[in-house]
Amino acid sequence: MMATRPDPAGLYHPAMPATWWLRKRSYFLFMLRELSSVFIAGFLVVLLLQIAQISSGEDARAAFSAMLRSPGWILFHGVALAFAVYHSVTWFYTTSIVMPLRVRGRELPRWLFTALNIGAWAGVSLVILILYLALPASA
Amino acid sequence: MSERTITLDVTRYRPHQEAVPTVQSYAIPFPDDWVVLDALNHIKDQVDGSLSYRWSCRMGVCGSCGMMVNGEPKLSCAVFLRDYFPRAIRVEPLSNFPVIRDLVIDMSGFLDKLKSVKPWIIREQEKPLSEGEYLQSPRELDAYQHFSQCINCMLCYAACPVFGLDSGFVGPAAIALGYRYNLDSRDHGTAERREVLGDHEGIWQCTFVGECSVVCPKHVDPAAAIQRVKVDTAKDWILSLVMPWGQR
Repeated sequence: MMATRPDPAGLYHPAMPATWWLRKRSYFLFMLRELSSVFIAGFLVVLLLQIAQISSGEDARAAFSAMLRSPGWILFHGVALAFAVYHSVTWFYTTSIVMPLRVRGRELPRWLFTALNIGAWAGVSLVILILYLALPASA
Repeated sequence: MSERTITLDVTRYRPHQEAVPTVQSYAIPFPDDWVVLDALNHIKDQVDGSLSYRWSCRMGVCGSCGMMVNGEPKLSCAVFLRDYFPRAIRVEPLSNFPVIRDLVIDMSGFLDKLKSVKPWIIREQEKPLSEGEYLQSPRELDAYQHFSQCINCMLCYAACPVFGLDSGFVGPAAIALGYRYNLDSRDHGTAERREVLGDHEGIWQCTFVGECSVVCPKHVDPAAAIQRVKVDTAKDWILSLVMPWGQR
């Protein structure tokens, strides 16, 4: 059976404004999460360039490292870090929605699953930090 | 009980008479237990019989009376005037849909999408009635039951900016209902539904804003359903690559 269609000539089609993401806090936070990818991608490009400098000799590597110590690059990395943390935390929360953990047929609370993920992330980060600090300064 | 008066700023749109919607304000005396739908019914009965809107059950079951209330998609039978008093309440048609008249939106596109995901049990082979019903354990029922609570109110579509930007998106409710049948132990229709759910206008169009689940009056959580269909579809695709003989 065909659904009854209204007269298309009489329909009013509301347009979505370009500023739709400013209408609600949740939309804004979603856009921030999307924007975070740009900064994370930028950080990775810089990291890849830094690794590439290793094969260009000691002078090139030192010059690149010196450039990264400028206030602009430090600010960029600070912003990228903030976005990376925001992206990771929201990612862990969304993971709890996408792949819920079930214990005896019951879904674990999302906050608990998120907390477990963040705890594991913090633990791995701590291990990496300890290993880094344990490396000889000349390495 | 004494009555207070609240102002409702209601969007009006009269096709072929005006090109764009306008706002009409009504001052409505209301008792403490009135919801927005009661106020609209009062306007319709006592003040302005030309006001058009949908409603039916008045108890959050039929899903007919969805509207934007102060910019949020709500069932108008479930929002109390007292919670907004003394401020005025803005009542608009559901966002992201074409408007037929006043607060009545065109839902034919949604109905087409709903039908496209085949929200019914599909059997590879029906067994004769003489063999009895298809039995299901409580755990099998539990797997899909909360996704089956959808009342097709379309609040999730009004909250979804992806649908607002691309009306071709199959959308939260239709995908959640398709998933509900995929999860049903009596159903064999997952592969048939994949054509629509796995299409680029299906699950992959969703960017996981998540507002569909926030506004759902029945806590169906369509955002979770969509993401889980993504995981299932990706797994099926990988399995079809490594085990092409095992495809259903």
